[in-house]
Amino acid sequence: MKPLNEMELWFESRSSNEGFARSAVSAFIAQLDPTIGELNDIKTAVSEAVTNCVVHAYRNTIGRIYINVKITEGAVVIIKIRDKGIGIENVAQAMEPLFTTAPSEERAGLGFAVMQSFTDNVNVRSSPGKGTTVILKKRISRRVYNG
Amino acid sequence: MINRVSFNENEMTYRLSGEIDHHSAKTARELIDSLIQQKKPSVLKLDFSDVSFMDSSGIGLIMGRYRMMHLYGGELCVVNVPDQLEKIMFLSGLGALGVIEKKGEAYETVE
Repeated sequence: MKPLNEMELWFESRSSNEGFARSAVSAFIAQLDPTIGELNDIKTAVSEAVTNCVVHAYRNTIGRIYINVKITEGAVVIIKIRDKGIGIENVAQAMEPLFTTAPSEERAGLGFAVMQSFTDNVNVRSSPGKGTTVILKKRISRRVYNG
Repeated sequence: MINRVSFNENEMTYRLSGEIDHHSAKTARELIDSLIQQKKPSVLKLDFSDVSFMDSSGIGLIMGRYRMMHLYGGELCVVNVPDQLEKIMFLSGLGALGVIEKKGEAYETVE
């Protein structure tokens, strides 16, 4: 489906960029006039996905995190968060609530669970050694897009 | 992020502020833990009044302090949770742990 509007950015996998990433996505989506709750849901889901890239994909290294956001018909927002890091061997296991490979860093193991409950759809594709792509979809309910 | 700490007998209140994510949780964790070790409070209150955003890193921060307080035989209490944080707080199962006080119940009120 052809997007009505689209943006793309990349940044380094430094933890200081986690706030930048969720703010940038929420600033782009603001044009749909979402509710505070919807915006907060999107910020939280993006924050989880980006943190996964920082903590797991590029563990002990710095790499690039790519974000692409599309606004499509019916005010559906599609957010793609991609890295070229280590990848996930077992995606189903990684998505289980409370599963974490970093308990010593107090990772609660809730990243994917939060993404799933804060958006309408989460899709994860990963190849070990090559990287991971997370696609989040959420419909913004309030207004008709007229941009 | 400017966090404030206050003491009342054996109770320590740590007031977090701003956005809590993986980046900022690290600093808060180190500060709170060094205060727990120094002061050994019997009750630690984490006050979320001034927190505008939190992701699951905040859950890790709370759970970690919960465990630490229990290790010292103390209690943890999460107070003044703003509306926008309720969803993530309750999704995490923290609600079942009984550490979250509803808004306005954090301080004693005099009738």
